[in-house]
Amino acid sequence: MPSFRQCPVAESGAPVGISEYPISAAALAVAVGATASGAIVTFEGRVRVRNQGRTVIRLHYESYDAMADEVLKEIVAEARNRFGVGEIAVRHRSGSLEIGEVAVAIAASAPHRAAAFDSVRYVIEQIKTRLPIWKREDYEDGSSRWLEGAVPPGASDGDAAPVAETSA
Amino acid sequence: MTLDGIQVRVLLFGYYRELAGTSELHFDLPAGGRVEDLVTAICSDPSFSGLPSTPAVAVNRRYSAGSQVLSSEDEIALIPPMSGG
Repeated sequence: MPSFRQCPVAESGAPVGISEYPISAAALAVAVGATASGAIVTFEGRVRVRNQGRTVIRLHYESYDAMADEVLKEIVAEARNRFGVGEIAVRHRSGSLEIGEVAVAIAASAPHRAAAFDSVRYVIEQIKTRLPIWKREDYEDGSSRWLEGAVPPGASDGDAAPVAETSA
Repeated sequence: MTLDGIQVRVLLFGYYRELAGTSELHFDLPAGGRVEDLVTAICSDPSFSGLPSTPAVAVNRRYSAGSQVLSSEDEIALIPPMSGG
């Protein structure tokens, strides 16, 4: 059994961090909705059954938890400064996820809709670029594969390792 | 560990962890050793031939430049290309 991890709380008080337990945007919307905001925008990224032409049966996320929690807090602070939103909550799952489960959930509240939309979009795009977390897809034929997306700052672009294919 | 060297602990994740068969490595570096020296040491080990020659490195949970000087207290991690979201 994994030990229980307390979800770190950003300065604003809304939950921000990696979670090994199920997450939902609805729960985060409640967390950011306490202030008198005119708009709340939420986003959920879910596990899809087809990816790059293959049938996925399960996903596994491995996170560098200590760094990922810090990076998420940084991203949220940047979005709040940039767009002047009220509150932003974000959680990203770790561990094994079934098809349809929520992998990432974001909620932002703001006085007006534009800032809420913009900040949610900013947070998900920055997660794709900077969050130290890695996704392994398990396929129906028994094989699995680590997906490689964003090359982190400091590494050279043209030298990425080939996608690692392993037998499950 | 020698008097004029340091030993550093390196965390591995995802594909790199599977490649190495472990989630943690220890390397000896000369005192004043930099991130780039560590990368050279790792990449010259035949068991890491699948690694890119310039893997990204985080030091104390921040992405790091190759010129950063390391100490034995640093929390060092190799960061494979990321796939969040």
